Amino acid sequence: MTAMQLKFHIEGGNFTKAGFASSEVKKYLRKINISNETIKRIVIAMYEAEVNVVAHAYEGEILVNIDSKKVDISVIDKGPGIEDIELAMKEGFSTASQKVREMGFGAGMGLSNIKRNANEFIIKSQPGEGTSLNIIVYLNNVN
Amino acid sequence: MEQTHFHHALKVMPELCTACSHCMRSCPTEAIRIRNGKANITGNKCIDCGECFRVCPSNAIYVEQDDFNAIFNYKYRVAIVPVVLTAQLSLLYSMDEIFSAFTNIGFTHIYEVENSAHILRQFQQEYIAQNKEFKPLISCFCPAVVRMIQVKFPSLTPHLITLKQPLDYAAMYCRKRLEDAGISEKEAGIFYITPCAAKIAAVKSPVGEEKSAVTGVINMDLLYNRIRRNITNNPGAKQNDIIPFERPSKIGYTWPLTKGEAKNINGRTVAIDGLKNALDFLEKIENEETSGFDFIEIRACDESCAGGILSSTNRFMVVEELEKEANAAKNEPKNIDQYIGFLHANKDIQAVEPRSIMQLDNDTTKALEKVQKIQKLMCFLPGFDCGVCGAPSCNALAEDIVQGHAHISHCLFMQRVMEQKHKLNPDHAYHIIEQIWGEKRLEKNCNKKGAKQ
Repeated sequence: MTAMQLKFHIEGGNFTKAGFASSEVKKYLRKINISNETIKRIVIAMYEAEVNVVAHAYEGEILVNIDSKKVDISVIDKGPGIEDIELAMKEGFSTASQKVREMGFGAGMGLSNIKRNANEFIIKSQPGEGTSLNIIVYLNNVN
Repeated sequence: MEQTHFHHALKVMPELCTACSHCMRSCPTEAIRIRNGKANITGNKCIDCGECFRVCPSNAIYVEQDDFNAIFNYKYRVAIVPVVLTAQLSLLYSMDEIFSAFTNIGFTHIYEVENSAHILRQFQQEYIAQNKEFKPLISCFCPAVVRMIQVKFPSLTPHLITLKQPLDYAAMYCRKRLEDAGISEKEAGIFYITPCAAKIAAVKSPVGEEKSAVTGVINMDLLYNRIRRNITNNPGAKQNDIIPFERPSKIGYTWPLTKGEAKNINGRTVAIDGLKNALDFLEKIENEETSGFDFIEIRACDESCAGGILSSTNRFMVVEELEKEANAAKNEPKNIDQYIGFLHANKDIQAVEPRSIMQLDNDTTKALEKVQKIQKLMCFLPGFDCGVCGAPSCNALAEDIVQGHAHISHCLFMQRVMEQKHKLNPDHAYHIIEQIWGEKRLEKNCNKKGAKQ
């Protein structure tokens, strides 16, 4: 099946650049005639994931695989990892510092927001090493 | 169904175009290509912002307008004038002189667009309160911005406020006044004096509106010059009973300036001018990187309509003059106020539909294949967007190649590679450049700016 790949390196702590990868992916999705609603779900999920890496990890990588059926996004970071995933998935739970919250991030909606916008969502974490997410959004509601 | 034909007011005069490519580089939607030594505007990508007009050093891009003499087909000839024009003139002349000049050149009535601004403010306030679920609501004031949202941010179209704009209310009001005085549509022509190309396109093919109340459109620079040649002073010229002359409210004078809307809307608002700034901000809104705004005002030109492409006066002088007038304004225009009910009943436009120009193919699989081809091509193209291929960027050339509108040999770098591999002979390479930039373009020619005369 025809598929395309995009790869982004995310620098921990660089909020200035947060959102670049999701904007790039959006440009490609527009080119391949995906419905606006689906693009929106993908971009929001990916943006949240991107900001999570920037806010918490040392560095990370986002791999995006797009074929005519789905968008498959892997976000793998090197960082502190998550002790209690179940707790982290709860809306409103946040470990973000006051400084980060003042910038408009870290409201504790991130992971649950990603899950809500994804069709498939897998999260794995090794405390002290890092976290990896796999986000899949189906493209079935194509225009 | 998606609208397929759009009226565009920006046109290229081939006889004046020297293929200097300034327009191609300035176009925010990459709608321009150079072919056969001339600039070509791709209709469905153009948003009528006029950036090309602004940068053209040869005056080869013009804003198509109605013939001025068409006003004389009507017994009653109404000029609908934006305050950015009256401000340019009031920097130089008294209102009596300005009026006399309008009469001298043939108009029977003058009515300023922004007399309706305080009324629109009410409608807008009401609309925002009723449509909270579509926050942030985006103003439809600037037609270039509306068109940019349609093509570049299709998912934001539901956020556009579906209300008519000051020009429409002013025109509807004048039309109604004339009708009430027993004057038929055939007898009365309503002519809008436009500060930009986008407003013309909006009148000629309105977005979300069936038909405009405006009969014709005249360019502001043309009128400015005619007025200046016809200044006299006939006191009493502005006495007119059918459409009484009146001047805008405080709100009206600054409405076409940056923050003109935003500062009058309750809640959290932001005002943006300049297309590049608009692109950056809309990107953030679309990605939901920022939230909480109730209202967003966006205008394509720096300093909004004071910086319209058809303005003849420095934009900052116009801004200062209008702010001064706003401070001095005491009343709200009373005559139009009597028609609020009528205007309210006719305030709505239909939802603004997205215009999909970005997709490479309707079929997602085929589009994906094209994306991959583009990515492969980008490995070979130099990536510094020199424009010698006649496209504004390497990426635009790659897309053109994939869509069958261009060839990889249009790239000067690729020509060198092909020549080195003996796949292209120098004569053919020369011919390719002539196909893009025109015959004899590679010959000596002193007929350009900075050359020895």
